[in-house]
Amino acid sequence: MILPEIGHFALVLAFAIALCQAVFPIYGYYTQQEGFMATAKPLAVMQGLALALSFGLLMYGFLSHDFSLKYVADNSNLDLPWYFRMSAVWGAHEGSLLLWALILALWGVAVSLLSRGIPEKMGSLVLSVMGMIAVGFLAFMLFTSNPFVRILPFMPGNGADLNPLLQDPGLIFHPPMLYMGYVGLSVAFSFAVASLISGEFDSSWARWSRPWTAVAWAFLTLGIALGSWWAYYELGWGGWWFWDPVENASLIPWFIATALMHSLAVTEKQGLFRRWTLLLAIAAFSMSLLGTFLVRSGVLTSVHAFANDPERGVFILGFLVVVVGGSLTLYAVRASKVSTPGEFGWISRESFLLFNNLLLTVMAISVLLGTLYPLLVDALGGDKVSVGPPFFNAVFVPLTAILVSGMAFGPLSLWRRSDDPKLFRPLIVALIVSVLCGLLWPIVFEDEFATGTAVGVSLAVWVAIATQIDVFRKVRAYGSLKTALARVERGIIGMWMAHLGVAFMIFGVVMVENHTEHRDLRMGVGDTQVLGPYDVRMTNVDIIQGPNYAADQATFEIYEGEQLYKTVYPQKRRYNASGMVMTEAAIDSGFTRDLYIAMGEPLDGGDWAIRLSVKPFVNWIWGGAFLMGFGGFVSITDQRFRRRVKVREASSSSEPGGAAA
Amino acid sequence: MSRMLVWLPLVLFAVLVGFFFRGLDLNPGEQPSALIGKPVPEFLATDLYTGQSLSNKDLPNQPYLLNVWASWCITCQVEHPFLTKLSQTLPIVGLNYKDTIPASTNWLGKLGDPYQMQISDPNGRLGLDLGVAGAPETFVVDARGIIRLKIQGEINDRVYERDIQPILEEFKP
Repeated sequence: MILPEIGHFALVLAFAIALCQAVFPIYGYYTQQEGFMATAKPLAVMQGLALALSFGLLMYGFLSHDFSLKYVADNSNLDLPWYFRMSAVWGAHEGSLLLWALILALWGVAVSLLSRGIPEKMGSLVLSVMGMIAVGFLAFMLFTSNPFVRILPFMPGNGADLNPLLQDPGLIFHPPMLYMGYVGLSVAFSFAVASLISGEFDSSWARWSRPWTAVAWAFLTLGIALGSWWAYYELGWGGWWFWDPVENASLIPWFIATALMHSLAVTEKQGLFRRWTLLLAIAAFSMSLLGTFLVRSGVLTSVHAFANDPERGVFILGFLVVVVGGSLTLYAVRASKVSTPGEFGWISRESFLLFNNLLLTVMAISVLLGTLYPLLVDALGGDKVSVGPPFFNAVFVPLTAILVSGMAFGPLSLWRRSDDPKLFRPLIVALIVSVLCGLLWPIVFEDEFATGTAVGVSLAVWVAIATQIDVFRKVRAYGSLKTALARVERGIIGMWMAHLGVAFMIFGVVMVENHTEHRDLRMGVGDTQVLGPYDVRMTNVDIIQGPNYAADQATFEIYEGEQLYKTVYPQKRRYNASGMVMTEAAIDSGFTRDLYIAMGEPLDGGDWAIRLSVKPFVNWIWGGAFLMGFGGFVSITDQRFRRRVKVREASSSSEPGGAAA
Repeated sequence: MSRMLVWLPLVLFAVLVGFFFRGLDLNPGEQPSALIGKPVPEFLATDLYTGQSLSNKDLPNQPYLLNVWASWCITCQVEHPFLTKLSQTLPIVGLNYKDTIPASTNWLGKLGDPYQMQISDPNGRLGLDLGVAGAPETFVVDARGIIRLKIQGEINDRVYERDIQPILEEFKP
C-alpha cells in the first residue's frame, strides 16, 4: 500500500530536480560559475532515476492489481493478461504523460553521458533548456493529471479494463516509439535554443545536433509506421492511413524533422541556411508539443482521442505559449545577428536541398491547416466542417510527386556549383527505365492501363535507380562494394537506405490505393467466394472465450485451385468489462499481397456481412518506412560524430565561418 | 526586410494561439443535435433514378423518415427489411450518400426499393449540411418539415417503438 506513495514522491522529487536542472546551469552560465554549470549532468541523471522509479512503481501497481490507484482501476482488470497490464501504463492520459516525462528524462541522461565532446558551457545550457521543458510537463502531471491518485479507503475489487482497442501487441510498442521521436526532437530544440542564448552560431552546433535529430527522426518514423500498421489490422477498416487529427499530429513534426535533417547537413557542411535551420529545429519540437495539445485538449475530435478536459487544455496551451512563444521571441531577437556567409549556384546541392526544404515545409503546413481548418472556421463563427482525405490527397499526391522527382538530383550533385551536365547524365538512363517500368507495369500485371499506377511506379523506380547510381559511383571510386561500404560516410549509407525506403513505400502506396480488390458480401456457412486468385469458403462460425472477451469466430478456408492454401479465423469480439465490440480481421500477410478478411455485422439466418480484400504490396508501405528509420540509425554510427572536441575546433578554424570546403 | 522577417514565426504562432484559445470553449461534439427543432436544410439535388432536380418542396407534407444509406454500408442492408415493412405505414425518403448510381440502383434492384423518393448525394454535399457522420442515419421529420430526431446506426422494431414512435405521437399534426 505504501509503494504508490513512493512512486508519487519520486514524481514530486523529479519535479524538484528538474527545477534545479532548469535554473542552476543557466545561472552558472550568466554568472560564469563553473560549479553551477557542472550540476547539469548529475541533475539530469538524478531526474532520470527518479522518473524511472516512479514509472516502475506505477507499472508494479498494474502488475499487482493495485486497484487503490484510480488510474489502475480505470485501465486494468483482473482478467487482463500481464503484457497488456504493462502496456496499460501508457494506455491512457496520465500514464502516457508519465512515459513522455520519463523519455524526456532519458534523453537528458543520454545527452549528459554522450556529450563529452561538447564544450561544458554548451552542454549545460542544453540540459538547462531540457530541464525547463521537464518542469512544465511534470507540473502539468502533478497539477492536472496525476497517475498516483488513490481511491481509499474503499477501493474497487476489480478494474474497468483497458480500452479494447489498445489491447494489442502493436500498442505495446507504438506509443514508446512515437514518444521517443516526439521527445527526441527536444534535443535538437535545446541545442538550437542554447546556441541562440550563447550567440554561437557556427557550424558546430549543427554537427552536434545532427546525430540527435537523426535518432529522433528514426524513432518518429518507426513510431508512425507502427501506428499505421496497428490501425490497419486492429481498427478493422483495412486502411493504412486515415488523416485523423491524431495521426496528422505525428506527421507534421515528421515533415519538419525531415526538412531539418537535410538543412542541418547544409549548415554543417557549408555553414549556410543557419537561421532557417535554427527555425526548423524550434519548429520541429514545437509541432510535437502542438500535437500533444491537439490530442489532449479536446479542441479537435478524433477517432482515438483520449479523455478530454478543458482545464488540461488551458494548461498545455499556456505551456505551449511559454515554450514556443519564448523560443520564437529569442529567435527573433537573436537570429537577425546570424550572418550567413557564402553563396551557392543555381544548380548545386544547396539549391536542391533548399527545394526539398521548401516542399517539406509546405507539406507540413498543409497538414497543419487541413487539421486545424475545422477549428479555424468554427472559431470564426462558421459552421462545423470536416476536412477529409479528398483535401489531403489532392494536396499530397502532386507535392509528393514533385518532391520525389527532385530527390534523384540532390545526392548526385555537388556543393556550391554543380552545373556540369556529366553529373546528371546517368539520370537519362534512370528516366527511360523508370518511364518504361511505369508504362509496362499496369499493362503486364493489371487488367487495364491506369495513369496513377504508371506515374507512381515510374516515380518509385526513378528514386530507386537514382539511389543506385549514387551507390554505383561510390563503389567505382573505392574499387569494390566492400571498401565503399567501409569507407563511405555512414550518413551517406543511411541516406541511401532512407531514399530506397521512400521508393518502396511509394510503390506500396500506389499499388494499395489503385489496385485493392475489395468486396463486402453476405456470407453463410458453406458459401464460397472468389477472392483474387483464391476461392474463399466459410466453413464454420463458433463462439469462443478469450481471457477477457467472448468472440464469434468464423473459419475460412482459402483454396488455391483445388489445394487448401490456408485456414484463417477472423473474429468479432465483445469485451466483458466494457461491452465494447471489436473486429479482429484475419490477415494473411505476404510479400506481394495481403489477404484481408473481416467480419461485419451478423445478419438474419446466421449469415454474416463479410469484408474481403486483396491488398497488393501493402507491406511495402511499412517495409519502406522501416528501411527509412533504420537508415536514420545507421547514419549516427558515423565516426565524425564521435570525434573529440579538439579535432573539431581544428577543422572548423581551418574553414573560416565554416563556409569553405 | 530580413530583420522584420525573423519576427514572422512569432506573429503566426500568436495568431494560432488566439484560435486555440477560442477553440477551447467550443465543443466539436455538439454537432449532432444542432439540427433538432430546425427545418430540413435548403437543398438542390437530383433524383437517383430520373436525374430530375429535387428540392425541399418535393419532400412529403406529412411526417416521414429521412434515411441516409449507401450500397457500401453493411448495416444499411441489415435495416433494409425493417424499412420495407415500415414503408407501408410511414413514408421514407432515401438519401443515397457518397455512392454511385449504378451501385445503388443495382442494390435497390436486388433488395427492393421501399423509398418514396431517392435523393442522390454522390459527394456528400447534402450529407454535410445535415451533419451526417456515416450511414445509416435516420432523421424523423414532422408534417411541417421540422427535424425532430436523429438516429445514428441501425433502426429496427425496438428502436422504432422506443424512440421514433413517441416522437411521431408528440408531433402529430
